Amino acid sequence: MSTKPLIALLGNPNTGKTSLFNLLTGQVGRVGNYPGVTVDRREAPLRGSPEGARLLDVPGAYSLAARSAEEMIAIEAILGLRGGSRPQLVVLVADATQPIRSLYLAVQVRELGIPCVIALNMADEAGASTPEPAWVAESLGVPAVAVSARTGQGIASLLSEIGRALRGSAPPPLDLPWPAGVERAVERVIPALPAEWTSRAPASALARWALLSLDEEDELEGVSGDLRAAVTAARGTLVGEGDLDELVVRARYEFLEPLQKRLLTPPPRTWTQRIDGVLLHPVLGILVFLLVMGGMFQALYSGADPLIGLLEDATGALGGVVASALPEGLVRDLLVEGVIGGVGNVIVFVPQIVLLFVFIGILEGSGYLARVALVMDRVMRWAGLGGKAFVPLLSGFACAVPAIMATRTMERKRDRLLTMLVVPLTTCSARLPVYTLIIGALFPPTEEAGWPVRATLTVGMYVFGVLSSLLAAVVLGRTVLKGPSVPFLLELPPYRMPQLRSVGRMVRMRVQTFLKDAGSVILAFSVLMWALLRFPTIEEPRGGLENAPPEVASAWQAEALEASAAGRLGKFIEPAIAPLGFDWRMGVGLIGAFAAREVFVSTMGLVYGIGEDVDEETPALRDRIRAERRADGSPVYTPLSGMSLLVFFALACQCMSTLAAVKRETGGWRWPLFLFGYMTTLAWLASFGVYQGGRLLGLG
Amino acid sequence: MVNLDPWCSMSAIPTPPVDATLPLDQAPLGTTFEVLAVGGSRSFRRRLMELGLLPGAKVERARGAPLGDPLELRVLGASLSVRRAEAHQIQVRPLGSR
Repeated sequence: MSTKPLIALLGNPNTGKTSLFNLLTGQVGRVGNYPGVTVDRREAPLRGSPEGARLLDVPGAYSLAARSAEEMIAIEAILGLRGGSRPQLVVLVADATQPIRSLYLAVQVRELGIPCVIALNMADEAGASTPEPAWVAESLGVPAVAVSARTGQGIASLLSEIGRALRGSAPPPLDLPWPAGVERAVERVIPALPAEWTSRAPASALARWALLSLDEEDELEGVSGDLRAAVTAARGTLVGEGDLDELVVRARYEFLEPLQKRLLTPPPRTWTQRIDGVLLHPVLGILVFLLVMGGMFQALYSGADPLIGLLEDATGALGGVVASALPEGLVRDLLVEGVIGGVGNVIVFVPQIVLLFVFIGILEGSGYLARVALVMDRVMRWAGLGGKAFVPLLSGFACAVPAIMATRTMERKRDRLLTMLVVPLTTCSARLPVYTLIIGALFPPTEEAGWPVRATLTVGMYVFGVLSSLLAAVVLGRTVLKGPSVPFLLELPPYRMPQLRSVGRMVRMRVQTFLKDAGSVILAFSVLMWALLRFPTIEEPRGGLENAPPEVASAWQAEALEASAAGRLGKFIEPAIAPLGFDWRMGVGLIGAFAAREVFVSTMGLVYGIGEDVDEETPALRDRIRAERRADGSPVYTPLSGMSLLVFFALACQCMSTLAAVKRETGGWRWPLFLFGYMTTLAWLASFGVYQGGRLLGLG
Repeated sequence: MVNLDPWCSMSAIPTPPVDATLPLDQAPLGTTFEVLAVGGSRSFRRRLMELGLLPGAKVERARGAPLGDPLELRVLGASLSVRRAEAHQIQVRPLGSR
């Protein structure tokens, strides 16, 4: 047989499934996407499998019954629908401390007749109350093994049971004593089931799935209208006999009742309750929450700086080495400034991504992330976001790129998308140099004005960022991303020690996917930006650029920039940005800023002939901006046009890396383009309003 | 005599007087209740039932969020949190005197 058997790893969330996956495969696995949704699909070879079996990590599910495309992944994966390979075996990961709830899923798998092996994970935690595997096996008719992904207990036994199950034959599907009403409804639905499904599983089990999943409000894809009609008709036949959902779910739990009676009560979660007594306390809990979130924020905002600096130095050094090794000319410049510079633009994000995901990994592994979502839910609800949006939004204040990646912690596609679309409005750290330059150049210091103008404006910009992101969430949530609101339901797992090895693996996986997917886009954009700023070229000063005195070199650079494609583009868009109070030089700055917002400052330095080695504090640049005059002698830059520029920067999508990250997370260009479009439009309108409104009020 | 062991059968619970019914969001903390009816949107109630919140099952209210919303429920050994509005649609009654 040439095809390698596929084994699906299925289980509730928080059952240590991922740790088990890592142990059984010994690796991170190849990561792709499930078709049509942005959920990671992880697959890797099973350790020591003579058949070359591969293990597929199916996203955590409480039940196969589904309401959205993401929830449907579980049943699609285990039946091999939608073009996926069909698994030969399901390893059902149950939580030994919550066995009955975990095994509800096992009952469903057994109804579908798929060969199954049950892994009672977290047996170390359950201790003496771990369900006796023999009893579980007896109840469900398939092998069961007590394991612990943490200690390694039972893994060898599990691997051997898996091997045996692969070589053996499947036990008959489970047939529960269904009430008459359920049987009748099932009979109504069976004829409407697609052949692709009925060829893989008993029709009655599939019919029950359809009866529980389909209704007027579901967001399922790939389901025929006939099937929906049959389900609606079937549900109508149960008038007076009780609720179909309840009858089906109850029948399954009643099936598990004999097992339940034999089991010992698991140890009470005293530690979890005690810790929650503090962490969910109105005063102490909020305090700890602020400390933890503040600490995370601080680490992202400045803690990553030393490492970022190191990477920038390394890239610069590499550029220097290549520059000295190659002859002067186009190739050298392309390699050094375009490619190596571009690579530098990509890897500079890695420290923050690592930091953020280490944090998230620890928060998630310990169980505290659920509490964060719980605490913040009430506040975020007003903006139409859930509690889980908090960590991504907060990290957006450091940098939007890792924040966008962090939206993975949210289950619903709509929520994830909404958060991704508003995170770029939070005041990321790259905007700060731009704000500092503009505020410093165009607004007076405290001594002159009599009140702290500059500080107030800076803080004001931060507040503006928060407000605009929340407002955008409200508006987008009701228009573009309008969707049925799904009630909040979150499981609070017991507190556990996070497994650092698992966290490490997850972080490595995130970095790899970032570098591969987003990184390639950022690199491509970097080379493009380099070309725009560089071509067409003008003749160098006599004697060569290297030998020219600094003032001549700077003046030449300004001329070169004006003649370049970017310069021409700046002039081209000048009519569009003039109503905002900008001129073509600012236009060039905006174009350069697309590569990275901080580049605005160095591009302005170039454009004004001060050279690119400036930063937001350089007095020469500030003076130059203040001194700039139009043909009629009036200043180009006034406090009003400064305000307009601040507002524009706050709202515009001036970051190719953000777009690359959104492209990676959504799997296409549709949403990044929408993001760019709506933010740029918003920025233009707001800027226009500020500038023209200010002129009308006589402030200009 | 009612067995409050959370692992005992869900179907053997005696019937206290009907006027003791209350919505779950008003149930006091730390006491175990019996679920009478699960209301709310269809897929949400289905999910709640699949998590063990069936009529006849035992549920206990625990601390929940610092601001009082969402709430925390204990069902089948697990802790779930739901918003007050949704908990309000779950009817429960006390399990009888302790």
